Amino acid sequence: MHLIEARDLSFRYESEWVVRNVTFTLKPGEFLGLLGPNGSGKSSLLKVVNGILRPQQGQISFENRELSSWSRRRLAQRLAMVAQEVQLDFPFTVLELVLMGRYPHLGALEFESDRDLAIARECMERLEIHDLENRLVTRLSGGERQRALVARALCQRPRCLLMDEPTAFLDLRHQLDLFTLTRELTVRHGVGALVISHDINLAAQFCDRLLVMDRGRLAVQGTPEEVIRPEYLESIYGCRLQVDRSPFSGKPRVTPVPKEEVKEYP
Amino acid sequence: MRVTPVRIMTTSLLLLGVLAVVCLLSLTTGPAKLRSGAVLAELFGSPGALDAMERTILMRVRLPRVLLGALVGGTLAVGGVVFQALLRNPLAEPFVLGVMGGSAFGAILGILGGWAFFPGVTGVAFAGGILTIALVIGIAGGRTGIHANTLLLSGVIVNAFFSAAIMFLLSVTRNQEIHNVLRWLMGDLSLSTFRELAILAPLVLIGFTLIFASSRSLNLIVMGEETAMHLGVQVERVKKGLLLLVSLVVSAAVALSGIIGFVGLIIPHVLRILVGSDHRLLLPASLLFGAGFLVFCDTVARVATTQTELPVGVITALAGGPFFMYLLRRKRR
Repeated sequence: MHLIEARDLSFRYESEWVVRNVTFTLKPGEFLGLLGPNGSGKSSLLKVVNGILRPQQGQISFENRELSSWSRRRLAQRLAMVAQEVQLDFPFTVLELVLMGRYPHLGALEFESDRDLAIARECMERLEIHDLENRLVTRLSGGERQRALVARALCQRPRCLLMDEPTAFLDLRHQLDLFTLTRELTVRHGVGALVISHDINLAAQFCDRLLVMDRGRLAVQGTPEEVIRPEYLESIYGCRLQVDRSPFSGKPRVTPVPKEEVKEYP
Repeated sequence: MRVTPVRIMTTSLLLLGVLAVVCLLSLTTGPAKLRSGAVLAELFGSPGALDAMERTILMRVRLPRVLLGALVGGTLAVGGVVFQALLRNPLAEPFVLGVMGGSAFGAILGILGGWAFFPGVTGVAFAGGILTIALVIGIAGGRTGIHANTLLLSGVIVNAFFSAAIMFLLSVTRNQEIHNVLRWLMGDLSLSTFRELAILAPLVLIGFTLIFASSRSLNLIVMGEETAMHLGVQVERVKKGLLLLVSLVVSAAVALSGIIGFVGLIIPHVLRILVGSDHRLLLPASLLFGAGFLVFCDTVARVATTQTELPVGVITALAGGPFFMYLLRRKRR
């Protein structure tokens, strides 16, 4: 079974296509990295995949059923999303925020049970924000906010996890922790993960496969070894790249190379 | 502290107690002082504790007024909570989507036309409110659903248009009724009887129950509409339903009370500070606190000066304005 199966997907906001003829699949237990330069259509593709945007062309199915036939509630029981630039203006506590992940599992007037509370606390512990339980989300640092949002997504107990640059506000250790956690979810719990990242090296270390977008198209996809090659990535990113292997993991490693030596002005 | 059914019950009972005390205070206060024991006996059991004159004052004048104040105050506060959440704008209030301009224009036509307060003036005011908000939602609604900022902007513009129309009417008229127009524009709770209350009360209670049933969805909608969709909310459906429901109830309340400002703006903020942002608690708490606040302000308006009664809108704004500035100061720190 496929979690996500996208065939020949195209989407445009106005006249210009921002996602063009994209075809890919995501299986349970798979960890996909979605790479590409700014404006290449990664976020739009993710929004098409979670049903926020309707593609004008192509087919997309979730768990072998057409995506548009899923109700939002049913979908949210299985698919969680960590979006970019989430506004947190209303003074909820971190616990309240994380508990919102239980929403699709509860009836309209149902209250969170002890089990829901236990799930929320477990997710907060995994993201190391359990000490912030009663802190208002308006008073969190960027990294803490991000981890709270990931905890909320985990609290949905999804089978499929989509994340849009989840490491943007995180320091090195928390970046590593988040990718390790995602890896764990995919390997141990069979979750499928599709994660947008600008950190090619991190993605190369953790992801099973990488998808690289360029101007709306899926330019290359494959294992990190297949994808991370200067002949592909240099033209996509528009800069010179040095590719070698990480001495630690043996995975391909990218170093951007400046066009010329930076001149020292007298 | 997390919201549980127990916490909702205890908070509601506490605020219900406060509301009851305020209502009793209001029923006994005025040019004719009534003893609270006698008022309670008259209302709940053995009539006869008051003389005929006092009974008339209680049953014909003060009780309908207190009940109307409670219903209108609660409605405005709940309307404010819902609109602030749907528009994700802390400055939103129940009149912002055109209800103010529309109802006021309707009411003024009715008053200048010399119609009876009920059903004439209230009828056109209600129709004015509902039609304007339908117009505003129509303008803002598009292919991709109702956009919060467009909605707000069209509401502001429609209100401004009707304000101009009202100014025009007021400047050309030589009508003796102009004093009544001003009273209506500043809010007046003295005009209704049990007949109108019998319509408003069930409307408010049914409306509130339906709004309360959406409280968990509202919790998610304030996080952003996309986030709410990610978490399983049918955002467009909830939003449309709530907009219509709140507009209906608010228009009905305003038709009987006139424009009473500040309640719908400030009470939601006060309650967010007191009980938090979870709408399952925020909504009932706002209903009860808003009710008590308006009854209290109306009592002050009745007795503040000996010569005349002040419009209640003057008191809510005088009490609310400085308080709101204090809140804004506090927020900035």
